[in-house]
Amino acid sequence: MVSRNTVAALGSAAVMLAAVAGCAPADETAPTATASASASGPACAPGGLDTLTPGKLTIGTDNPAYPPWFADNKPSNGKGFESAVAYNVAERLGYPAANVTWTQVPFNNAIAPGPKTYDFDINQFSITDERKQAVDFSSPYYLVRQTVITTKGSKVDGVTNIAGLKDAKLGAQVGTTSLQAINELIKPSAKAQVFNSNDDAKKALQNGTVDGLVVDLPTAFYMTGAELDNGVIVGQLPQVGVPEQFGLVLDKDSPLTECVSEAVDQLRQDGTLAVLEKTWLAGTNGAPELQ
Amino acid sequence: MTALHTPSDVERGRIAYRRRRAVRSVLLAAASTAVLGTLLVVAVTGSPGWDRVRTSFFNAEIAKESFPAVLEGLWLNIRMLVVCAVLALALGLFIAVLRTLRGPVFFPVRAMATLYTYAFRGIPLIIVIYLFAFGIPGLRLQGTPGVLVLGGAALVVTYGAYLAEVFRAGIESVHPSQLAAARSLGLTYRQTMRHVVLPQAVRRVAPPLLNDTVALQKDVGLVSLAGPIDAVRAAQIATAENFNYTPYLVAAVLFVLLALPLIAVTDWVTLRAARRQNAGT
Repeated sequence: MVSRNTVAALGSAAVMLAAVAGCAPADETAPTATASASASGPACAPGGLDTLTPGKLTIGTDNPAYPPWFADNKPSNGKGFESAVAYNVAERLGYPAANVTWTQVPFNNAIAPGPKTYDFDINQFSITDERKQAVDFSSPYYLVRQTVITTKGSKVDGVTNIAGLKDAKLGAQVGTTSLQAINELIKPSAKAQVFNSNDDAKKALQNGTVDGLVVDLPTAFYMTGAELDNGVIVGQLPQVGVPEQFGLVLDKDSPLTECVSEAVDQLRQDGTLAVLEKTWLAGTNGAPELQ
Repeated sequence: MTALHTPSDVERGRIAYRRRRAVRSVLLAAASTAVLGTLLVVAVTGSPGWDRVRTSFFNAEIAKESFPAVLEGLWLNIRMLVVCAVLALALGLFIAVLRTLRGPVFFPVRAMATLYTYAFRGIPLIIVIYLFAFGIPGLRLQGTPGVLVLGGAALVVTYGAYLAEVFRAGIESVHPSQLAAARSLGLTYRQTMRHVVLPQAVRRVAPPLLNDTVALQKDVGLVSLAGPIDAVRAAQIATAENFNYTPYLVAAVLFVLLALPLIAVTDWVTLRAARRQNAGT
């Protein structure tokens, strides 16, 4: 029981830390960071990793950096899910915010073979075997959730729970986890409409031949933010099927990979990642959770 | 009247010879089929990748599992086929008659009918379905029908163009002397068409018409582009779920079973027409 209490205490401490790091990265609580990082073992000396610039951690992402992953196109403000995750990982590794520098890396360059300008890159990279041949991935920091989107004023606009979607005509791309989510979680009374591509599905949504679409969360943000004129996110569905996983990208065979993975694993275990997810992906302007 | 007719020795010899030839040819056909079949089986099952193909294309368990969904999808195909085939035949016949109208007054009608057959035989069906099922609802008109109806309309319009040309070939194959004879009997143009030309024309082109219907049977599934789930789509979904291609094979078998009656009718009609044509010769 003692050990469990300790873990819980550590967890809540980390949650607090996460909240602090997320909201005000400048106000560092260095002692806590070192304390939790020291658990990583001797190989991952806090603040003393084999980074590009000794003593500094260089993190890459693309420009522009989109919400909800980043905020105001400023990765260094600690706002947005990925920015917050990056600062939390850095802290676990013993690099307080002051020692973190950001660098711009176009999406495709980040996973191209060759010398890297970053220690790790965070840019919604899903972990695939093909990419693993060119770069290293940390443990996943995010498991992609399925999300219902629609257009303003539609039948499902403003629905707050899964039961409210039962009578809607929902669409998804064929062979995706999204379609599985409709059939297994929502179980609508009208059969799901199935499309060859998300573009066809989007057109059907614009035409009003479907009431809503289920897509993965990053796509949901992109579609409602950039592609649909009056698209709105209804909410996220619970995890289903085999989700896509986002990982931090590191140089192939980087000496940091194990340490970074360990830091991510700790953040997952102590609940920090869940809190960050809730704050930045499900919070205001995000995708509320449908129960 | 004497006793029963008994064939002569020569005749009996001929009968026996014919029987021997018949038995021999049946045996030969059986043997050559067996040899070819064995070769095929050995070639397929002996190939290095056979085990992989068998598990990914001929998995009995997955076939059983996906069967209900594929069958449910097939029901959509069947309903679409019946409605679309009837409407496309009607449209085709109508357009063909328009194209064969005579006289300068009907030039615009002929021109439009010709343009239609040119355009819709040219445009790929899949694009017509996109235009109808994704384009028309985009107009946001009141009372726009559902995507199934719009997709069905795309099929009817495309197949109507093909069938119109088949009908026209039939109409033009009726010898001009028949028309002249009908007119000389005092029949009007409409009566001539109705009682003299069309009955012969349709009978002549029945095999290609049925042939196009069999083709339509496979194409009706393309409405699944617009969202509804047909047999092939259901198989695709099951395939994606299991990473196994067996559901496609299930759909293929069901489609063959669906086509069999139509194909049999086509063969029978062709045979009957040939027999009638050669009657008395």
